[in-house]
Amino acid sequence: MEELIKLTAHELLERLNNKEITSEEIYSALQKRIKEVDSKVRAYVRLDKIDELTNQRTKEPGNKLKGIPVSIKDNICTEGYNTECCSKILEGFRPPYDATVIKKLKEAGASILNAKANMDEFAFGSSTENSFFGPTHNPWNLECVPGGSSGGCAAAVAADEAILALGSDTGGSIRQPASFCGVVGLKPTYGRVSRYGLIAFASSLDQIGPITKDVRDNALLMSCICGYDPLDSTSVNTGVPDYTKVLVNDVKGIKIGIPKEYFIEGLDSEVKSALEESINKLKTLGAEYKEVSLPHTEYAVPVYYIIATAEASSNLARFDGVQYGLRVDKTESLIDMYKKTREAGFGNEAKRRIILGTFALSHGYYDAYYLRALKVRTLIKQDFDAVFKELDCIITPTSPTPAFKIGEKIDEPLKMYLSDIYTISANLAGIPAISIPCGFTKRGLPVGLQILAKPFDEETLFRVAYTFEQNTPWHKMKPKI
Amino acid sequence: MEITKETVEYVAHLARIELNRKELEKVSQQLQDILDFIDKLKKVDIKDINPTSHILPIDNVLRQDTPGESLPIDKALSNAPQREGNFFVVPKIIE
Repeated sequence: MEELIKLTAHELLERLNNKEITSEEIYSALQKRIKEVDSKVRAYVRLDKIDELTNQRTKEPGNKLKGIPVSIKDNICTEGYNTECCSKILEGFRPPYDATVIKKLKEAGASILNAKANMDEFAFGSSTENSFFGPTHNPWNLECVPGGSSGGCAAAVAADEAILALGSDTGGSIRQPASFCGVVGLKPTYGRVSRYGLIAFASSLDQIGPITKDVRDNALLMSCICGYDPLDSTSVNTGVPDYTKVLVNDVKGIKIGIPKEYFIEGLDSEVKSALEESINKLKTLGAEYKEVSLPHTEYAVPVYYIIATAEASSNLARFDGVQYGLRVDKTESLIDMYKKTREAGFGNEAKRRIILGTFALSHGYYDAYYLRALKVRTLIKQDFDAVFKELDCIITPTSPTPAFKIGEKIDEPLKMYLSDIYTISANLAGIPAISIPCGFTKRGLPVGLQILAKPFDEETLFRVAYTFEQNTPWHKMKPKI
Repeated sequence: MEITKETVEYVAHLARIELNRKELEKVSQQLQDILDFIDKLKKVDIKDINPTSHILPIDNVLRQDTPGESLPIDKALSNAPQREGNFFVVPKIIE
């Protein structure tokens, strides 16, 4: 049974279909694994809930996921089960409804793990160190961060403590941890997956997406969660392909752009050489290459930290001690109650971002900061539009460095922000992007490769990612814990 | 631009966040570093460029005004720190 947890969801499904195993066996193997290793990795929060599973038994035999457990980031609402964004201000919050993605997963026959995956508080961070519950550790090196903010999901998948996981990505929060942990993470096109029930960070950037052991699992999970939802007015009513059908081992004739602005100072030399080898690999498989330019790349991080914090400051206004979560009592007035509750409930990074965002939107600074950022966002999007007129996709490193040490950047927010330098643009432009493993450093840390494509062209991402994966060994590597 | 502690204090008040003196010091310094970095946006020529607040070509999303199911009151109030009947209770707001 021990070996079951090492399998991917599609391998498990095959055995389930052949009646070699049962979904109960999968769950008890997973449970056992979590109990064995999570004291080291700390991928989950509220681990006491691990013995409970919603929708454990699935009735109809024809369904897509047949009881396979899915791990969920702590900012996606699960009815009746704590969803706290790893923040003290939401302590004890039990959503009165399921997020649309959870509803869809249950319909697909998935079981939902009620212990949730750790994250940076409200998804504010790139290391999962900003969690109220403390940091998650990278399964490849327990002294390193797993990346963030979906660090719990990525670490759980890498450590075989999760079979499938759902994270969220506002500026790289799925892809950067996937890269740090050596797993596959997809940020879908903005509007592809319903955000209903995702506790909002930055509404014009947030997307929910799958974090998995390989590309086929990613396509499988993506096919279960995407599609139009009348409850999210930014979800797009367009056809939903079965992504598992586009997985062909062939990239002949695919035109790939390599943006010169991404291969710059600050890019770790081992990451750079892993990328170059990967690019050569795809070349030998028949892909065509061209150097391209995305001239406004250097502005992506500053634009992001204005827009994302501005939207966050507005979205997080709702945490005020009235409707849910923490309330500090014995206060002098309503405003005093708000202030004391928010002082006690938010961590340092949340406070910093809310204040920065409020500043960027405040009278006298709006035009100079917020409006200017929105205009530069247009230019960043136009850079991509121009490249995609000619080419099918773009390949870049996912992150400029492999996983860094816990504590290394925590007191220097700006340094931390720069670790998202390659992932942020996809959110600003609304395009889909996937991170897949593409090598290891000498010290044994995974390196990720990012593929970006046109809006709603997840098919090309999956096809290129699948072909690369089928011709390289990286996704089969397992950490020793 | 230079950001003063008074500005940070004022913005924190707008954001309804209380900061003690030590936090105020630290946050002011960190915001200064971030804003210095952000200032590089001033180099970009944005003349005649329209702002993008949203990436999709969607303006207004309308639906038929037909009554449907809504969240039952008890469920909606189930997480309230303080509740009375069908209401959320807040500290007194009229002096």
